[in-house]
Amino acid sequence: MEAALISPAKATVFGIPTVIFSLIIPLVGVGVFTYIIALRLKPLVKASPDPRFDRPAGRFLKMIKYAVGQYRHPRYMDAGIIHIIIFAGFMILSLRSITLVLLGISDGYVLPGMSGIAGQVYMFFKDFAETFVLAACLAAIYRRIKIKPDRYTVPARYGKEHTWEAILVLLLITGLVTCDMIFEGSQAAAQIQNGFKTKILSPLTGTWFTAYILSFVPADKLQKLHLGAYFSHELIFFFFLCFLPLGKHFHVITSLPNIFLMKLNKGTVKPVKWGVEDEDLDELESFGVKKFEDFTWKHMLDFYSCADCGRCSDNCPANVVGRPLSPRFISIKCRDYSFHKYPLRGKSADDRPLIGDVLEEDEIWSCTTCGACEEECPLFIEYIDKIVDLRRGLVDEGMVPQSLQKPLRTLEKRGNPYGKMEKKRADWTKDLPEDFNVKILGKKETADALYFVDSVTSYDDRIQEIGRAAAMVLTAAGIDFGILGPAERDSGHEVRRFGEEMLFQDLKDRNTEAITDAGVNHIVTADPHTFNALKSDYKGLPPVEHISQTIMKAIKSGKIRLKSIEDPGKIYTYHDPCYLGRHNNIYDDPREAIDSIPGIKRIEMLANCRDRSFCCGGGGLMLFYEPIEEKRMGQVRVEMAKKAGANVIVTACPFCMVNIEDAIKTSGLEGEMEAIDLVELIERHLIEDRRLKIEN
Amino acid sequence: MEILVCIKRVPDTSENEIEVNRDGTDIERDDLVYSVNEWDNYAVEEAIQIRDKVGGSVTVVSVGDEEAEEVLRRQMAMGADKGVLLSDDAFEGSDGKGLATILKAEVEKGNYDLILTGAQADDGAGQVGGMLAAMLDWPCASLVNFIEVVDDKKIKVGREIAGGNQEMYEVDLPCVLSIQTGINEPRYVGIRGIRKVASIKIPVHGTGDLGIAPEAVGEPGAKTKRLDYFVPELGEGAEILEGSTDEIIDKLIEFLKAKGGIK
Repeated sequence: MEAALISPAKATVFGIPTVIFSLIIPLVGVGVFTYIIALRLKPLVKASPDPRFDRPAGRFLKMIKYAVGQYRHPRYMDAGIIHIIIFAGFMILSLRSITLVLLGISDGYVLPGMSGIAGQVYMFFKDFAETFVLAACLAAIYRRIKIKPDRYTVPARYGKEHTWEAILVLLLITGLVTCDMIFEGSQAAAQIQNGFKTKILSPLTGTWFTAYILSFVPADKLQKLHLGAYFSHELIFFFFLCFLPLGKHFHVITSLPNIFLMKLNKGTVKPVKWGVEDEDLDELESFGVKKFEDFTWKHMLDFYSCADCGRCSDNCPANVVGRPLSPRFISIKCRDYSFHKYPLRGKSADDRPLIGDVLEEDEIWSCTTCGACEEECPLFIEYIDKIVDLRRGLVDEGMVPQSLQKPLRTLEKRGNPYGKMEKKRADWTKDLPEDFNVKILGKKETADALYFVDSVTSYDDRIQEIGRAAAMVLTAAGIDFGILGPAERDSGHEVRRFGEEMLFQDLKDRNTEAITDAGVNHIVTADPHTFNALKSDYKGLPPVEHISQTIMKAIKSGKIRLKSIEDPGKIYTYHDPCYLGRHNNIYDDPREAIDSIPGIKRIEMLANCRDRSFCCGGGGLMLFYEPIEEKRMGQVRVEMAKKAGANVIVTACPFCMVNIEDAIKTSGLEGEMEAIDLVELIERHLIEDRRLKIEN
Repeated sequence: MEILVCIKRVPDTSENEIEVNRDGTDIERDDLVYSVNEWDNYAVEEAIQIRDKVGGSVTVVSVGDEEAEEVLRRQMAMGADKGVLLSDDAFEGSDGKGLATILKAEVEKGNYDLILTGAQADDGAGQVGGMLAAMLDWPCASLVNFIEVVDDKKIKVGREIAGGNQEMYEVDLPCVLSIQTGINEPRYVGIRGIRKVASIKIPVHGTGDLGIAPEAVGEPGAKTKRLDYFVPELGEGAEILEGSTDEIIDKLIEFLKAKGGIK
């Protein structure tokens, strides 16, 4: 086809060839962008090490699924769809933008491979992409201005609204696509006026409409529009490029690498320092994050990558109950701090300390490490490892809340946070039925399986019942098991996550030795925290399973048989414990086990089940912490169950039991709502041993 | 400012189930865990905070056997600069006056401006601080919950008195203060902190080093003698509620309602 207008590569304005601008704008734009990126990389170079290039194939697949495929976006349907459209449009239009930049230098330039049919197909679909992006941007602007979803608001304590930033960028994108529509539309309009053949105008797209409308505009005006649109596109494009690394739209650049570099081992906690073995920890000068540069480079990249979408905080139980923690603002505050500390011009403008100023102590202690934020983040930003590293720094400086000091001290001395005697660790077995004898394993006695009880089940009056039910269920399943008794120490799961690494190492070493001495083939526990500790934090142990898995196997093999539900009038719901569900992906075994009881009625708390489960309030040391909060997480959770229409909450974690039973009482719902552990529920419905034996 | 803090290793009441032994002379010590006396921990924290503000050094001192070294080290991990263990067979069986005598001898070896003690010890009688001040002829304030250094000659101290009221004193240095809990928030000491100071030598001073006549301290020097150790009999009107926590709570609520405590 023949061009009807002078192209930006050949035009002159006031005698100056416009090709000069086509050269200068990209050169300045790319130069400024490179300078900004180099400065943004500066803190990353000073940061702590973080090996993130292992298993590249798996990483690549995850990047395809979560970044290119936008897998997590539809978890928030409206915003998700808008984002997918803009993102997909961006991917398609990036080629067009590069072509446009080069068109200004070389008339009629086409990218390699785009000259033939491929180019025509691309140009056909590109017009649709632009139109969809335009519509999506308008919808997004409407959402930001009119609908204003709660999760975008910035509470006063965290600073000012960021809405202008979002709207500005949406307008920039709107501008980019509109400019191309006018650039192409004016050309097509001029071609129509001259009776030339136009490019294929995709019907009902922006370009199609523009071409039609502009065909009524005189030719000299079309020429001006053509060049004006081109250079507007050019300016917006390079302004946008340089604006990206200045705020939340940095994610446009960092999201793909950030997802490629994601944390792969769920449930684990990063070591104090990558590359330093546990045995050599004593040689480290300092522990944890005390200043910004103590973060790992990937954690800094996380700060840069935060898109400020608020999904993390929307799901953060600490934020929901009014604790002074909002994961979103951990990222935003640290990003802003980094930008001020490493400014684009002049000397560091921020010498505030990281701890106590940018981040508060209460903020750091408020996290239950439930993982809801990480499960939600479309960009796979990590929070737990950062919180743990920050806590390590606080512990190293002695800045530990008074309420946690006593349990930590007794954990060091007695191996449990309650200050109870070691020799009484197996006392919970005394209340088992008389003919019931639980073996204490050690050098002299062994068994096939070890039931790792842990502190709360060993010493808490109420939770001991879960221990006894577990012992009965394991026996019914025909498992030869024993316990470590006085040789068992707290698994240290929360000790580690509260930043007391050396105490954790001590507990781990003692338990590892005791477990090795016991000579078992596998380990069972009814506590998801213990399960996660033994599985993810310890090394070289026999395989570990949570008792819900053991129960399901026994039900499937027919070793455990269950009788009809005792109280058919009750409606059950299952509360996913964080360390069973989110951290270890065990969602189905407990549900199947419950459903194996004939006649049981179970419903889901649909908005908050499985990976969107709402934390009960946290386990281990969290039970001792005295947070600043408006209400308790457990109360919110009980309310959710009640709203769903359930009157019995089944859980599979001793700490959930403590928190939920507590919440039922403090909410005044006694008699109306109740809580039961999965093991207790199963134990109550066991068809007795003796009958089984006769039948067999 | 040169500060000396007197500390004691005691069985931690929150981490032990304390039982009196069969012949009633002492508590059952087999399964006990020990820690630094809680009040002393606040005193050391206060000393560290004063040092960090005005300079100088903090020395922690304890009278005890070699196991007392453990608490000295813990307080050094907390931030005390030096530790001294006062240990001698002759010290065994010292009463409050004996302990004050031993501490006085150590104080006189140094050049201290301020001496802090805990207000009392879990297993003590709350005597030593006052006696030490009297023996040194230094001013003394007890149950201190606020300290502000005025200059190198004077400090301001606050004491909580009955009814939650507060009184403020100006005290000349050097002086002895006994510290009440709650004066500050003591920092946490982890295993890592203790390991860092594990290799620092802690000098041990006995009667010879301190210039004390062995008969002036220990059992021979004691003017008081413990006669008995027992759990008091239940008196009239006293009742211990038994059962599970829930049952105890229910009974307590019933009681309070019956006696008009709650409605």
